[in-house]
Amino acid sequence: MTTLPLNPTDNTGEDPRQRPQLVLEHKDFSSVTNEILKVNESPKPPKSWYLALAVSFSLMSMLGALIGYLFFTGVGVWGNNNPVAWGYPIVNFVFWVGIGHAGTLISAILFLFRQKWRTGINRLAEAMTIFAVICAGTFPGIHIGRVWLAYWLFPIPNQMDMWPQFRSPLLWDVFAVGTYFTVSLLFWYLGMIPDLATMRDRTTTKVKAIAYGLLSLGWRGSMRHWHRYERAYLLLAALATPLVLSVHSVVSFDFAVAQLPGWHTTIFPPYFVAGAIFSGFAMVMTLAIPTRELWGLKSFITIRHLENMCKVILLTGSMVGYAYAMEFFIAWYSGEIYESFAFINRAFGPYSWAYWIMVSCNVLTPQIFWFKKARNSIAIMFIASLFINVGMWFERFVIVVTSLANDFLPSSWGMYEPTWVDVLMLLGSFGLFMTFFLLFIRFLPVLAIAEIKAIMPQADPHGHGHSYGEMEGETDASAKIAEEDE
Amino acid sequence: MSEQVQGAIAREDLYGLAAEFKDAPGIYHAAEKVHAAGYKWFDCNVPFPVHGLDRAMGVKMTILPVMVFFGGLIGLLLACFLQVFTNSLQIDLWALVPVVGYQFNVSGKPLLGPAAFVPVAFELTILFAALTAVFGTFFLNKMPMFYHPVLKSPLLARATDDRFYLVIEAKDPKFHRDEVEAFLHSLEPESVIALEK
Repeated sequence: MTTLPLNPTDNTGEDPRQRPQLVLEHKDFSSVTNEILKVNESPKPPKSWYLALAVSFSLMSMLGALIGYLFFTGVGVWGNNNPVAWGYPIVNFVFWVGIGHAGTLISAILFLFRQKWRTGINRLAEAMTIFAVICAGTFPGIHIGRVWLAYWLFPIPNQMDMWPQFRSPLLWDVFAVGTYFTVSLLFWYLGMIPDLATMRDRTTTKVKAIAYGLLSLGWRGSMRHWHRYERAYLLLAALATPLVLSVHSVVSFDFAVAQLPGWHTTIFPPYFVAGAIFSGFAMVMTLAIPTRELWGLKSFITIRHLENMCKVILLTGSMVGYAYAMEFFIAWYSGEIYESFAFINRAFGPYSWAYWIMVSCNVLTPQIFWFKKARNSIAIMFIASLFINVGMWFERFVIVVTSLANDFLPSSWGMYEPTWVDVLMLLGSFGLFMTFFLLFIRFLPVLAIAEIKAIMPQADPHGHGHSYGEMEGETDASAKIAEEDE
Repeated sequence: MSEQVQGAIAREDLYGLAAEFKDAPGIYHAAEKVHAAGYKWFDCNVPFPVHGLDRAMGVKMTILPVMVFFGGLIGLLLACFLQVFTNSLQIDLWALVPVVGYQFNVSGKPLLGPAAFVPVAFELTILFAALTAVFGTFFLNKMPMFYHPVLKSPLLARATDDRFYLVIEAKDPKFHRDEVEAFLHSLEPESVIALEK
């Protein structure tokens, strides 16, 4: 068997005899720790971080003020009307929940498939998931009208002997999104404990030592702990995999269980899940590209990692495109006049502009990733990921608004127009998301340090993996021991 | 060889002796030998889970998966009980006390429709199983534990960075300081460190 020598700086080769390196530039364990934590441990982050935080924090504050305005004035400040009772708030909710699907997909499904490249991006993606779900949870929370009764969403015993309606998809949503948030948070935190311990052992200030000390729960890298930890991680991955598929399925039930033309379709659950993964990966890319640039993480989030993400985006984008086409086909094939009208109306009716933005961003844009040049170009990837983010927001807009605006009886039709509050709240939710994200990359381990070390060639206790460096001489002896093990 | 040990510690204050290794194969083979020599109270402190090291140390498979299974089962039963009790229950306790849930007719859907109860039952199963997995790990690992001799020694701080330590505890029945010291040195570590309680 011939193997090509490993290329330490470029891992984009397509020769199957050469396993692409996931950590570039021949690093040892200590330099991995140093490089990943370099910006976290420096007294001051880059200037652009302050600028981004100032903008995000302002937008987040604006969102807070607008929520206050909404509470004092009522939901009339939104453009929601009858028949379009679900305007921007639900569009934003579905958009943000969708974004939140990439993190758990990367940490759970790619983990079960033994996709080692996930270690470069999983922490970022999990953090992004949590913040996206926080944004998502905000919108239905403030959309319920009488916010002081928000606790009616939960099965809390009360003097009225009144309970939530468990046969309603809206309540399933409460449980699905609540479970998803909790499990994602646990997954993220469990994964972070060893890295928080690393930060604790390297801090120079008392405050940080106490904070990281408390957060890391006294982790000391004991192998007996690692044994249970690894088992717990595997179990969480196995639990989160059906969970991540269920969450957007349940979100799609909000629509599919209703009788409305354009909503009442069986394709919704898989179509929503594919769309969620698609949009989530696009958002991970949007965030990972500037982060690797500013935080100096190019040898951990390599071009190969981004290329793999491009491939996932291409696949899921094509699945979304297939779902769009299939919706049309079934609308025609069913012979249902309302269903057929709903789809023709989407493409050529009053909201056709939104429909064609959606199609061009979600179906056409990812097709560029058939070309290796595009998959290896940071600029193309970044721009494409922005287009996809826009397109996926419009997908939810098209689904929510067109079906509600023009349903069965033309006499009950109505158009929808967002107000300034709607638009600024959407903008504000990005502020909320980015504020959390910026604080995360400054104060918490931005990459999974321990996991990255574990996939490096030197981490193999039998010495198979490494083809360079100081341990070369040992290979024969270790291989012999490995054989004895078997 | 005791002059090579870092840190002079009185006998009653001795927690154990640590051997420092600089790479994964080093600690792996050392752990195999320590296990073969019959030590029970020893551990490895490593920056990442070294593949197969737990088996080399003779660590038994954790009970955690069983706990997670029962956690999930409790979640499932709780969800079924919650939904049936609150939405469709109608019984008379001892034929005297009527217990009625919040029965609400929505579009003529049956009060006890199992299909409608599947999503919440599924979500709560996952939720309880996941909570058990994480908090079960904390419980079995005795975390949080903010004081530990391994954490106390600054010489072992690199256990979360790039060094690998094998610690034999003084409470091991086979522990005799000089013997263990000689034994650890025979494993060719970078250094041997005495740990204070």
